[in-house]
Amino acid sequence: MSWRFLRDLLSGVNKYSTGIGRIWIAVVFIFHLLVYIAAAENIWRYEHDEFECNIKQPGCENVCFDHFFPVSHIRLWALQLIMVSTPSLLVVFHVAYRENREKHQTQKLYRSPRKIDGGLLCTYFISLILKAGLEIVFLVLFYKLYDGFKVPRLVKCDIRPCPNTVDCYISKPTEKMIFLCFLVATSCLCIALNLSELSHLIFKYSIKCNLKRYIEKRQ
Amino acid sequence: MDWGALHTILGGVNKHSTSIGKIWLTVLFIFRIMILVVAAERVWGDEQDDFVCNTLQPGCRNVCYDHFFPISHIRLWALQLIFVSTPALLVAMHVAYRRHEKKRQFRKGDQKCEYKDIEEIRRQRFRIEGSLWWTYTSSIFFRLIFEAVFMYAFYFMYDGFRMPRLMKCNAWPCPNTVDCFVSRPTEKTVFTIFMIAVSSICMILNVAELCYLLTKFFLRRSKKAGNPKHQPNHENKEETKQNEMNELISDSCQNTVIGFSS
Repeated sequence: MSWRFLRDLLSGVNKYSTGIGRIWIAVVFIFHLLVYIAAAENIWRYEHDEFECNIKQPGCENVCFDHFFPVSHIRLWALQLIMVSTPSLLVVFHVAYRENREKHQTQKLYRSPRKIDGGLLCTYFISLILKAGLEIVFLVLFYKLYDGFKVPRLVKCDIRPCPNTVDCYISKPTEKMIFLCFLVATSCLCIALNLSELSHLIFKYSIKCNLKRYIEKRQ
Repeated sequence: MDWGALHTILGGVNKHSTSIGKIWLTVLFIFRIMILVVAAERVWGDEQDDFVCNTLQPGCRNVCYDHFFPISHIRLWALQLIFVSTPALLVAMHVAYRRHEKKRQFRKGDQKCEYKDIEEIRRQRFRIEGSLWWTYTSSIFFRLIFEAVFMYAFYFMYDGFRMPRLMKCNAWPCPNTVDCFVSRPTEKTVFTIFMIAVSSICMILNVAELCYLLTKFFLRRSKKAGNPKHQPNHENKEETKQNEMNELISDSCQNTVIGFSS
């Protein structure tokens, strides 16, 4: 199991997405996933080994690292990627359910099981809301856990067994900050795409509904 | 998911590119991505571990490393390659949109639709004209801009393209000006110059492709203006032959490139 699984999953979702949905998938693939694997993973690889405190007291470095990094940036990034891709599965399951149902029935139940209308439209809406919501949740989590998106060079730590306030130095803080900013920018872009897809679908289907009603009234 | 996935995505764009575009794609995959993955990553692999400062002061090494390398060469190259490859997706999306429209026409049973089946639409290669010409030209333009921006960023951040052996650092908490030694400076300089040279070649190819497209555009316009009864069939046959040759060349190139993607 590796990121290839997520890639295959998202490729499968591509078939049932709108145009903006496909752009969202491309942005997630390239600016989220590819940047994570090709660049970001290596920056945080030895973060614990390279975290250095100005003290020889055994255990002090470990305790300080754990205090300042309860969950590493890179793990949060990975979790975010997985969580944000998962709501698309709802649409895949609903389409599979529709196709299965039509197979067992003799008559044609849907215009096309893959067309986004009726119940599938609701599922699609829910998946869009969940995606945007999860992105926002993770951004807020990042902000709260690390007091903003800045990675300082130096942190002061005075937790036992450190005998007094010691200086601890984080490795590659500038590079980490650059990639965090990149992650935040990509997340914001993804949220904007989800919200615009949502409003586009609402607009499109409300016009359709109004047109139908108007035609029925005329008749 | 790795660079191989990007290769798959861009491979689809290859079919609809000009000959220069196909050469650009080959140069990108063989001389940039492959070199990055197979060689450059190893050279920069131990960069912080082997960055040594002449002091025992804890934290001094970390701070000095961060000061001299705000973003590592290797990460900057990875970002550059990602950004430079992305405009090609615009073309892929436009082609996908056109195919989608043709499939819709075909399904509606449009009389004007000249395809026999869906497979033919999938396999069809679109000519670079009309709105696709604009998309293609914009993608080349964006590629050029990204290349130039990243090359400038490199030059600006590292004060040239040379990697010095020794750097003097007096950032706090270093007690005074300390000597810090970079690992493998010559090898890093060689690879930096190599990557810059290949970037320049890619920029030249992009400029050439842009000129080629503009020339073709203006020639076509002047032909249409000068000779309204031109014979499209003869031109199409010539173009189809050229396309087939280009496809053969690109397929043989792709076969050699496929080997590296894991």
